[in-house]
Amino acid sequence: MTMDKCCCNTKSRLIYSCSSAANTGEIADQVSRKLAKEGYSNMTCLASVGAHISGFVESAKSAEENITIDGCPTAYAKKILKHIGVTPTQSYVLTGMGVEKGKTPTTKEIINEISNKIKTTKKDHFSVSGLKI
Amino acid sequence: MKIEILGTGCPKCKKLTELTEEAVDELGVSAEIAKVTDINIIIGYGVMLTPALVIDGDVKVAGKIPSKQEITDWIKEKK
Repeated sequence: MTMDKCCCNTKSRLIYSCSSAANTGEIADQVSRKLAKEGYSNMTCLASVGAHISGFVESAKSAEENITIDGCPTAYAKKILKHIGVTPTQSYVLTGMGVEKGKTPTTKEIINEISNKIKTTKKDHFSVSGLKI
Repeated sequence: MKIEILGTGCPKCKKLTELTEEAVDELGVSAEIAKVTDINIIIGYGVMLTPALVIDGDVKVAGKIPSKQEITDWIKEKK
């Protein structure tokens, strides 16, 4: 989780990653961390939202953008946010973006490719499957 | 009752402090109001957006300034 400075006057974009045990979850996590390190978004804790920890819940409710990165179509990152009444502004599912569950290795090239796709994709251009609509 | 204002001291944080002090005064409750500027403590609450208001350890709002009426209602809940 990152927050380097007061964000009263900055655009609030929070990112939540799937944390499954599969390679898809690992890639989602690494992509989220890369985006946060690059300053594209602030990474925060999906599990804490699921546990209804008040600070995380209130932050999600107030953020201008909430982005979920799920590994597979189960899409539980998106569902956890919906559980607190928040619809993500952008939802990505890696298996819809060329990642194969149980097969695709977690490499720098894959992480770069996915993070670049996310950064260059305009809002609402991806459906929950990650396919262009 | 302990009320914490989380934020690094920007105008929005100061406004939230003012509203909270007014709500406490008008209700006549006994409350300690603390300003928390330490980012590590703020993050420890899971707060990613400031200003934020915490009452007895419970984050009531983050990333926006609530109305005085909302603050009043939250304080009443905790009384």
